[in-house]
Amino acid sequence: MQQLAKRLAEAFGVSGFEDEIRHVIREEIDGLADEVRVDALGNLIAFRKGRGGGKRIMFAAHMDQIGLMVSHVDEKGFMRFTNVGFVYALASWGGQVRFADGTIGAIGVDGRADPRHALPELRDYFIDVGAGSKAEVKQKVGSVDAFWPGFVAQGNIWFSPNLDDRAGCVALVQTLRQLKDAPIDHDLYAVFTTQEEVGLRGATAAGYALEPDLAIALDVTLTGDIPYASPAMEVGLGKGVAIKIQDSGMIGHPVLNARLIDLAEAEGIPYQLEVLQGGTTDARAIQVSRAGVPATALSVPSRHVHTPSQMVDQRDVEAAVRLLTAFLRRPIVL
Amino acid sequence: MVELRTLLCRLSEAFGPSGYEKAVRTIVREEIQGAVDRIDVDTMGNLIAFKAGAGAEPRLRVLLTAHMDEVGFMITQVKKDGMLSFKPVGGVDPRLLLGKRLVIGENRLAGIIGAPVPHLQRGEAANRVVDLDDMAIDIGAADEKGALGKVKVGDYATFATGFSVLCEDAGWPTVRGKAFDDRAGCAVLAALLKRERLPVDLFAVFTVQEEVGLRGARVAAHRVHPDAAFALEGTLCDDLPRPPDEDSTPVTRLGDGPALTLMDRSVVAHPGLMALLQESAAAEDISIQYKAPGLGGTESGVTHLAHAGVPSATVSVPCRYIHGPAAILNLNDLNATVQLMDATLRRITAQDLAR
Repeated sequence: MQQLAKRLAEAFGVSGFEDEIRHVIREEIDGLADEVRVDALGNLIAFRKGRGGGKRIMFAAHMDQIGLMVSHVDEKGFMRFTNVGFVYALASWGGQVRFADGTIGAIGVDGRADPRHALPELRDYFIDVGAGSKAEVKQKVGSVDAFWPGFVAQGNIWFSPNLDDRAGCVALVQTLRQLKDAPIDHDLYAVFTTQEEVGLRGATAAGYALEPDLAIALDVTLTGDIPYASPAMEVGLGKGVAIKIQDSGMIGHPVLNARLIDLAEAEGIPYQLEVLQGGTTDARAIQVSRAGVPATALSVPSRHVHTPSQMVDQRDVEAAVRLLTAFLRRPIVL
Repeated sequence: MVELRTLLCRLSEAFGPSGYEKAVRTIVREEIQGAVDRIDVDTMGNLIAFKAGAGAEPRLRVLLTAHMDEVGFMITQVKKDGMLSFKPVGGVDPRLLLGKRLVIGENRLAGIIGAPVPHLQRGEAANRVVDLDDMAIDIGAADEKGALGKVKVGDYATFATGFSVLCEDAGWPTVRGKAFDDRAGCAVLAALLKRERLPVDLFAVFTVQEEVGLRGARVAAHRVHPDAAFALEGTLCDDLPRPPDEDSTPVTRLGDGPALTLMDRSVVAHPGLMALLQESAAAEDISIQYKAPGLGGTESGVTHLAHAGVPSATVSVPCRYIHGPAAILNLNDLNATVQLMDATLRRITAQDLAR
């Protein structure tokens, strides 16, 4: 699983530019689905037909990552940029970024910004690829890049700027692997969505297209186990998969959640209950699709989300896979 | 070019704040009715023109949107002294408002946004931007009764700016007017419809209520259910003099041609449509530019999320000072946008829509 995590976390896929990560996931799920297709927004939709008598289930994990887009290249070759998805100005200074073609850059700060006395804004930064002039820079306005290096593992802990939501993608690929040659009743749509970080856009289109009976998003969530976490939160790293009770965009479907909690108890899968006060997931977009879809989310707890050093515990990802698999193997009454 | 200018002039001077687009709709209908196969108006007021393609079936269904509405004001209260309180309709900058001439309602009642006399300004108040809530429209009424004979709560107002030609030079033909956001797009779309039939089935929608949240385009995209969509816009342009040591890219530049949106707050452009626009521009020798990423939002923001997702892109005419009382655009940009869309829609195939 760690190998898979490294491969997915290091693949390029800033929101709207998910070609590489889609290609990588497509390879990883080869042979695990009856049908794989890509829709107008670039969502990768893997369909696994059930034996019948079950539900039409949608699992969604977003494959896009936050990043930066070049907005200006100056005469010396320094590049100004705007954010793609939410990027902390604070966590950007001195960061390393990588463009789709592999070019590495450092994030420097404009001398006028005086970062010792005032927090810089994104507009105070520039990307420096070590060029001597504009002519030496291959990038142009519209080029996108993401934080780098991609992935490091230390024991059970993964470090990567991209665990939101490559951790969820790992869980979804692993779930498909678990189901190989193990027929279930339900029809499953495993969707690797696009453009979540810029407004749940891929899931909006996919939720409409698939019209599922129920949906579960797989994403990361924040934790409350860091010094003076604010606001206080029960979720902790390594304490199991988090079942979404509520976040700032949705309320998890209570019957679905009760089902997941019962299953986790019955199977001895470590879980925690999640009330997240800032942020939401693809489940929000799917929940309000068409006439409404029962939806919730399973989260992998992650520290330092949206910074270049996100952390997750592999055992939490494993718990998510176990719970998803257990869920699919049983009949579901809503 | 004179024809295009006349069309823009007519559209620009029409009264059409968000939610009250009737006058613009009438003009659009007059302009295009001989050139299209069918015209419908939906429940929100979107004007949906259909022009069948000349190509072999099955033909692509392409949605083109341009919004008829402009930013404006709504009267919220008639005060005892005959002054009118108002709320902005769409995004307006309070710093641009004091002393500006307005017209209220279809009868074009004249008014101005009252301003404190400069002679009486002292100290801090002289340097502060007046709050929108503290401004009022003055129609010269003696009192509440006098005002109520002419206006009522809920009436709309817009800037009163007339259209004028600033520069007739063929290399730099600039014009001034209000509501270029998005009557520029409306002019492009109407001009496009008047041209020779395209290979694709065209759904040209002149939308409503864009400035208050892309509302018309949302239902239009759902109704049309297109294979691809393009939003035609008037966009911001800040190619103004800069400090000599500043090295930066303006959002767009006047005269540099249609501006393509790579990414804004509402959409990341569909890569296939972007490539198609670039190829079409290159093939026809039309100069294009890119709008600085990350700013603003357009109707592509809702069209690309319609149904199971629709490949969408935005093409804009740069307009200096949009959302203000008067904007300036270069007619060569407007004309080139018509050319670019024509060239693009003659080339578009299902291949361009693939991922």
